[in-house]
Amino acid sequence: MTLDLTPKPGAAPWPSRLWAHVRMELRLLSRQGEQLLLTIVIPLMVLILGSKADSLLKTDAPLDVVLPGVLALALVSMSFTSLAIGTGFERRYGVLKHLGATPLSPQGLLWGKALAIALAQGVQGLLLFGVALVLGWRPQADTSWISFGALVVLGSLAFAGLALLLAGSFRAEITLALANLLFILASAFGGVVVSVDRLPAPLAPLVAYSPTGALGEGMRAVFAGDPAGMHLVVLTVWANVAGAACMKWFKWE
Amino acid sequence: MAKLERVPPAAVVIEDLTIRYRKGKELFSAVDGLSMTMNAGEITSILGPNGAGKTSTIEACEGFRRPTSGTIRVFDLDPVRDAVQLRPRVGVMLQEGGAWLGVRAGELLRYVASLYANPLDVPALLERLDLQDHAQTNFRRLSGGQRQRLCLAMAIVGRSDLVFLDEPTAGMDPHSRRATWDIIRELRDGGAGVVLSTHHMDEAESLSDRIHILKDGRLAASGTPTDLLRESRNPLLELSVNGELDLVALARAVPELNKVVDAVAGLYSFDVKPSTEIMARVASWCVDHRIELRGIRTHEPTLEELFLSLTKRVEQ
Repeated sequence: MTLDLTPKPGAAPWPSRLWAHVRMELRLLSRQGEQLLLTIVIPLMVLILGSKADSLLKTDAPLDVVLPGVLALALVSMSFTSLAIGTGFERRYGVLKHLGATPLSPQGLLWGKALAIALAQGVQGLLLFGVALVLGWRPQADTSWISFGALVVLGSLAFAGLALLLAGSFRAEITLALANLLFILASAFGGVVVSVDRLPAPLAPLVAYSPTGALGEGMRAVFAGDPAGMHLVVLTVWANVAGAACMKWFKWE
Repeated sequence: MAKLERVPPAAVVIEDLTIRYRKGKELFSAVDGLSMTMNAGEITSILGPNGAGKTSTIEACEGFRRPTSGTIRVFDLDPVRDAVQLRPRVGVMLQEGGAWLGVRAGELLRYVASLYANPLDVPALLERLDLQDHAQTNFRRLSGGQRQRLCLAMAIVGRSDLVFLDEPTAGMDPHSRRATWDIIRELRDGGAGVVLSTHHMDEAESLSDRIHILKDGRLAASGTPTDLLRESRNPLLELSVNGELDLVALARAVPELNKVVDAVAGLYSFDVKPSTEIMARVASWCVDHRIELRGIRTHEPTLEELFLSLTKRVEQ
């Protein structure tokens, strides 16, 4: 077959470029066993085990206690740990640099990642809500779905900002180690799954103002029908701080 | 009558470019007052030892870094400010790859192709680069040479009119190298500008229409390969004999051979304009003195020798 190597430059329209990148991100994500374990299997396991832990949790509706924490955990695993590790290695292998020089552009890369994470989180949400419903969980009538949506958006922005800050500053291996370590620490002591008032006294007030604490407590408030305004404010501050830090310190290579 | 010369349009014009980095407390000039052009429809090689400023210069042309001072125009546009217009027109092949390890070769190339309006046919390009049997192979499992070919494919799949290739044949076997050279020539013949950075002097000599040699961030020499070699030095006369030559006796018999450039065990080079007449006198002198002459030839200057002499390190 002959190949016509004469120049005929031109960029594909931006929606096709963006969509091509989103599909690429999702394909790569779905192929990585450790990422699926982290973002899908672990949250599902916590949900299922938690639904049987009525005596441990001293409640007759354990899913009401566990589901909000699991949703927060799933969000952190995707928009923080998975994003940080993926971006860290993309930076190391020159993927960010290379794609930034194609018609995708750095902006397209950023938006493509954001959209891919949003879609992946949609899948996480469907799975977790689906399994919870099968296990017998029912939403309360006074659950504010608007607050839930705001928590997801602001939480994702804050954690994605922190993830990019990590990935854009450290070597890929350090990012890998830190992202996993922080995920484990945050799940155990960060107010994600375990509510802040069950944490040891000196830790509790600190955790309440951390992004993990604000997200976890926010989720629990929303599903208990309580206002989540304070938690939303905390997450907004974190999203802005992380975003500004990224603008200042993120290195493409 | 005035000779009509084809003047190729400039793709890249660099004027008085300086790029400085901060290294700890020191300010270090990677590029220092560099001016040069690279034309469309030509292959331009940028040569220089490591640290001469090649990568900094090329990366500034690609818009990856801003000049400290001076200007770069790519198709009369600014590589940083006009990046949106330039990205489809400039193909980039990075030295370190620029690919996900977990991506399949065919999938990656299809993805990059989909970012452009008129991409090359992906199966045909894979076949041309002898990658058709590896379309399903993960980047991680490709050999060094296969990776290089795939990265070359990514740089040209968008049919850009300027292509930057950073050491495109590093790690390739001789067959792939020749195939890559053919592709680079075809790109040029089709009207694209190709900018090549390489450490292979044979590659630069056989491919380039124009060569820029950098040293310490400055232009050390510039021109077509023929011009550079013509200006570099005279051809040498080289003798190889079994045993040792009495150079003094030889110079008495053939006075033209008084400038010895090199003399190592049986191999002698003389700075003299070689001629059949001189060669005949040398041969007959050898016969008279019972010296076993193994070879007598002219040694044309090579780009490698010119490069080494131009970029010689000054010992401190």
